[in-house]
Amino acid sequence: MVKPDWIGYALGAGALAAGLLAVTSRRILRAAIYLLFSLLALAGLYFWMQLEFMAAVQIIIYVGGIVVLILFSIFLTHQTDELLPLAGTVQRFGAALVVLSGGIGIFWLLRAVPPSRPDAAAPSVHEIGKALLSIEDTGMALPFEAITLLLLAAMVGCIVLALKDRTTPS
Amino acid sequence: MDVLKFLLIIGTGLFFIGAFGFLTRRNILTMLIAVELMLNGAALNLLAFNRYLWPDRLDGLFLALFIIAIAAAEAAVFIAIVLRLYRNMRTVDVERVSELKQ
Repeated sequence: MVKPDWIGYALGAGALAAGLLAVTSRRILRAAIYLLFSLLALAGLYFWMQLEFMAAVQIIIYVGGIVVLILFSIFLTHQTDELLPLAGTVQRFGAALVVLSGGIGIFWLLRAVPPSRPDAAAPSVHEIGKALLSIEDTGMALPFEAITLLLLAAMVGCIVLALKDRTTPS
Repeated sequence: MDVLKFLLIIGTGLFFIGAFGFLTRRNILTMLIAVELMLNGAALNLLAFNRYLWPDRLDGLFLALFIIAIAAAEAAVFIAIVLRLYRNMRTVDVERVSELKQ
C-alpha cells in the first residue's frame, strides 16, 4: 500500500475544481480556460505518477492542440462578452440526480479495489517506445498503424467539411 | 488512503463532472468541453490501474494513449462540423438546430 503525499492531493483537487468550474461557468471563454487548467493539473498528476511520457503527450495534444482548437472556434463563432443561457431547473436537477446516483454507485464499487502493489515501478520511455513498434504478442505495432490511418482520415475529413462550397456563389 | 483508490476517485469525479456538463449545457462547444473531461477521467482510470496493479504490462498505458489520439481526431472533426453548422445556421445552440426534424 502506497499513500499519496500532499502534492498528489493538491493536483487531484485542482483537476476536480477546475473541471467543475469548466462545466458551470457561464462565460464560454472562461469555461475553455478552466478546461485548460484541469488538463494541466492532470498532466501534473501523470508526472507525479512518474508517467513522464503520458504527461508530455497530455500537454502536447490536449493543452497544445485541443484547447487551442476550442479557443479558435469560440473566437470564430461567439460574441465572448455574452453570458451562456442557464439550463432549465428540471434539466439541472435531473442531471444532478443522474450524476449523483451514478457517482455514489461507483464510489460504492470502489471499496472492492485491491491495494496497489508497493513494488510497482514506472515504465520507462524506452520500454514504451519498444513496445509501441514491436510486432510480438504484447506489441502495439498494428493498433499504432491503425491510429495513424484514423488520424489521416480525420484530417482529410476535416478539410472536406470545412471547405467553402465552390458551386454555390456567396 | 491508498494511492490507487485516490486516483480512481479523481477519475470518477472527472467523469461525472463531465457527464453533468454534457447533460446541462445547450451550447455545442461547452458540450465538447464536457466530453473532453469525461475522456480524461477514463484515461486516468486506465493509467492508474496499469501503473499500480500491473506494472509489468503496458496495455492500460497504450489504451490511454490511443484514447488521447482518438480524442484529438474527434475534436478536429467536431470543430469542422461546428464551423460548418455556424456558417449554415448562424448558431451553435443545439436546441435551435432542429431542421432535420421537419
